[in-house]
Amino acid sequence: MNLWTVIANANDITVWQSLYRIVSLQDYNTRVVLLGTGLLGTLAGLVGSFALLRKRALLGDALSHATLPGIALAFLLANAWGFHEKSLGILLVGAAISGILGTVTILLIRRYTRLYEDTAMGIVLSVFFGLGVVLLGLVQQTPGGNAAGLETFIYGRAASISQADVQLIAVVGLVAAALVSLGFKELTLLCFDETYAATRGYRVWLLDLSLMTLMVLVTIVGLQSVGLILMIALLVIPPAAARFWTDRLPVMVFLAMVFGATSCLLGAIASGLYPRLPSGAMMVLAAAGCFGVSLLFGYRRGIVWDFAQQLQYRFRTDRQHLLRALFEQLEIRDRDDSEKFATTTDIPESDLLAMRSWSSTQLRRSAWHAAQAGLVVASPPNQWRLTISGYHAARKLVHDHRLLELYLIRHADIAPSRVDQDADAIEHWLEPAMIAELEAEMSSTISQQKLPASPHPVVPTITPGDDALRNRNNHGQH
Amino acid sequence: MGSTNDPWWADWSWQLDGWIVVAGILCSVSAALLGNFLVLRRLSLLGDAISHAVLPGLAAAYLITASRSSWPMFVGAVLVGVLTAVFTQWIRQAGRVDEGASMGVVFTSLFALGLLMIVQAADRVDLDPGCVLYGSIELTPLDTVGLFPLSSDLDPPQYAWRVPRVVLILTVVLAVNLLFVIVFFKELLLSSFDPGLATSMGFSSTAMHYALMILVAITAVASFESVGNILVVAMFVVPPAAARLLTNRLSTMVMWSVVIAIMSAVFGRIADIVVPRQWGYDSASTSGMMAVTAGMLFLGCWLFSPQQGLIIQAYKNWRLANRILSEDILAWLYRQCERGIQQGHGVLEIQRQLGSRFWSTYGIMVWLRWRGWIERHNGGWCLTEAGRNSASAVVRSHRLWENYLAQSADVPLEQLHLRAERLEHYTDPWLRQQLDNATLAAAIDPHGSPIPPEQPIELPHDESSPNTNPENKP
Repeated sequence: MNLWTVIANANDITVWQSLYRIVSLQDYNTRVVLLGTGLLGTLAGLVGSFALLRKRALLGDALSHATLPGIALAFLLANAWGFHEKSLGILLVGAAISGILGTVTILLIRRYTRLYEDTAMGIVLSVFFGLGVVLLGLVQQTPGGNAAGLETFIYGRAASISQADVQLIAVVGLVAAALVSLGFKELTLLCFDETYAATRGYRVWLLDLSLMTLMVLVTIVGLQSVGLILMIALLVIPPAAARFWTDRLPVMVFLAMVFGATSCLLGAIASGLYPRLPSGAMMVLAAAGCFGVSLLFGYRRGIVWDFAQQLQYRFRTDRQHLLRALFEQLEIRDRDDSEKFATTTDIPESDLLAMRSWSSTQLRRSAWHAAQAGLVVASPPNQWRLTISGYHAARKLVHDHRLLELYLIRHADIAPSRVDQDADAIEHWLEPAMIAELEAEMSSTISQQKLPASPHPVVPTITPGDDALRNRNNHGQH
Repeated sequence: MGSTNDPWWADWSWQLDGWIVVAGILCSVSAALLGNFLVLRRLSLLGDAISHAVLPGLAAAYLITASRSSWPMFVGAVLVGVLTAVFTQWIRQAGRVDEGASMGVVFTSLFALGLLMIVQAADRVDLDPGCVLYGSIELTPLDTVGLFPLSSDLDPPQYAWRVPRVVLILTVVLAVNLLFVIVFFKELLLSSFDPGLATSMGFSSTAMHYALMILVAITAVASFESVGNILVVAMFVVPPAAARLLTNRLSTMVMWSVVIAIMSAVFGRIADIVVPRQWGYDSASTSGMMAVTAGMLFLGCWLFSPQQGLIIQAYKNWRLANRILSEDILAWLYRQCERGIQQGHGVLEIQRQLGSRFWSTYGIMVWLRWRGWIERHNGGWCLTEAGRNSASAVVRSHRLWENYLAQSADVPLEQLHLRAERLEHYTDPWLRQQLDNATLAAAIDPHGSPIPPEQPIELPHDESSPNTNPENKP
């Protein structure tokens, strides 16, 4: 039986029964696991958001490796002094001390060398982990010392999360929530403008250290209950996913917490339904799914939204090009610029194609969009005519375009032969206020009532449709 | 193993330890060579990311070939290693997140995927990721291959030379990396610092990036399989970082990183024999010890680097602070004399007036006396003639600056003193001349105090004088 048969069997009535059983928290064990991982996901989302914005997303990775020597040393010392060597308390203290040492080392390297953040983390990660492995080697040789338990301490298993773990997570969570809500303003400043925070008189060093100590605590608590990889994933993935949805820090932190908790709950439920699915891996994959969806559909930075905006911009640009081309063709036919003539004359496609380097597909697509907007009317075969609103829009566009061209020729010393392209690159971005300013600037040479004449031949002299040639010539002019 | 009292070399066996050190050197140098460019590209943690991410590659190779032979696994792991780098780059660009975050997303997800695949396959076979991939450097000498068969008809075949398999593999990896770095050095340099310029000069920095990533993946996976992951993850980062502290030139940095990598491997093995013995243990983990040794070498470079080292920086700061304090003391004593105060001044009084620490003030006073610039007078300290000369230079700088700031920079009167106080310590005779010209050789400063004339006899230019410290001049 593999994953696919599991999924294929999902219609079984027993699945729904067990899902109900899990969601309604009937088992004690389910309750503990869901509560523990859900809390941990929330907590990691909270702390991870700040780490992500400080460009220290992988700090959790570095710290979880850096705890190893502390754990091994605590084990050795506890053994030597006759304590019970695997008592959780001693190991946790050892892990915390060595994690904080690692943090301080990262901060020191960052402050007193010119190395980057990630290099500092890499050094601490590998050297501390190396030391930990050496110490573990010594533990193996200790008479009566059995490091087998330490392995599970480092790599943990979410399914075996205990009530004591949940209490520990809850305590750390309260501390973290209190610290973050007390110092939210300071932390925001630290994340976005460290230098400004320093000039405002905040002790950046202290803030940084407290944030990172919080991170150590969360990492250690998570490490021993859910393991290394899941802990890193929970610290990195939900905040990174949340970043796609918003530019506001409080919203991002909230979303990261929600994503973290949701991933953990989904993973735990999946693993509860099908014992063959490892819970930790399912939580990471749920978080990864969250990230994928955010990467695609995130409202602020998601790929789809970005693409939609670009598409919208391109359609607008194409429509403006079409209107301008139609108008300038009309101008060739009738210098009087009359509304009546404009709205009754059909312009054939071949004339429009000559106006700029566009394909007939492109032209027809923008014509279709313009027709939808009520700006042009198609009159077969392959001819177009402006409507009244289209005429006024086109007149305005041509006016703005020429205004900009004249401005560029006069004030930016651009040759009339190539001013068309330069104006083309900017005109779609001009705002009404800017145009008003241009008008005021150029009022001595042109008037609003009469359209200024184009400073260059309206129809390009190069053979239409020959894009390659046209492009080559454009490059030659640079 | 020998007793605790034997020297460490009594245990050293060239046949065993020699090969371990050779394998360590080969792995370290291969990793450090590429690591220089990872450190510059802010991808220092890529080695660690790959070490976690290769799991699905192993699982897939196993599921497809249904055998545990190492070649398919190697290929699968390298492919996933390269994918890690590709996905990281892609998410970074498409999602505009930083390298660390995208790397974290990628490698944790890949690891989880691999774990899922292994668990799903577990009813067919027990595949323990820990055993499949991770070799141990201590076992290097045991698995050997023969080179140069003596004759073809002997059974079993005889070879002229037997080398460990690991050494053979890592030699190939090192040779490829070395060739890559030497041949494409210019391209790597440019694309690390200025991808735009690299592209405009006619080679694709993206292609360079992916070539580097492929080699990183191969180096990492070959090293996991032969000497374990700790060593290679450390060597991607630590030697290049240490080398970065020694120089600002990339070529020099690459060479230093190689030297540090070799030293880490050699001293790491020795430390692994020596150190645990201090507490009565046997050697614990050679690759762990090599990583720790690299860390110690990094610490050494950090402390003692001739330009960027902590010690030299602290020394420079100390010298500057002392020079400024001695000039402040001289100037203060000068102003007291100017006001006609005949009384001598005690260390405590000076320290209180200047807000400096007692012991540093005391030390500077001792030094000033040794220079012959102050002398005992009326139960305290006063300037000597020579002291007045050097103090007058400082006071002259101060008052010239006050004039200049008031006239040309429109600094309000109440701020003049504080600003001039900072500038006076960085003003040499040439600059004083310029200031004097700019303020039309005014005789008094804005507060009404006379500007002392430039002393014809300059301060002595020997090295012992803090006034002529060349590094501290702006």
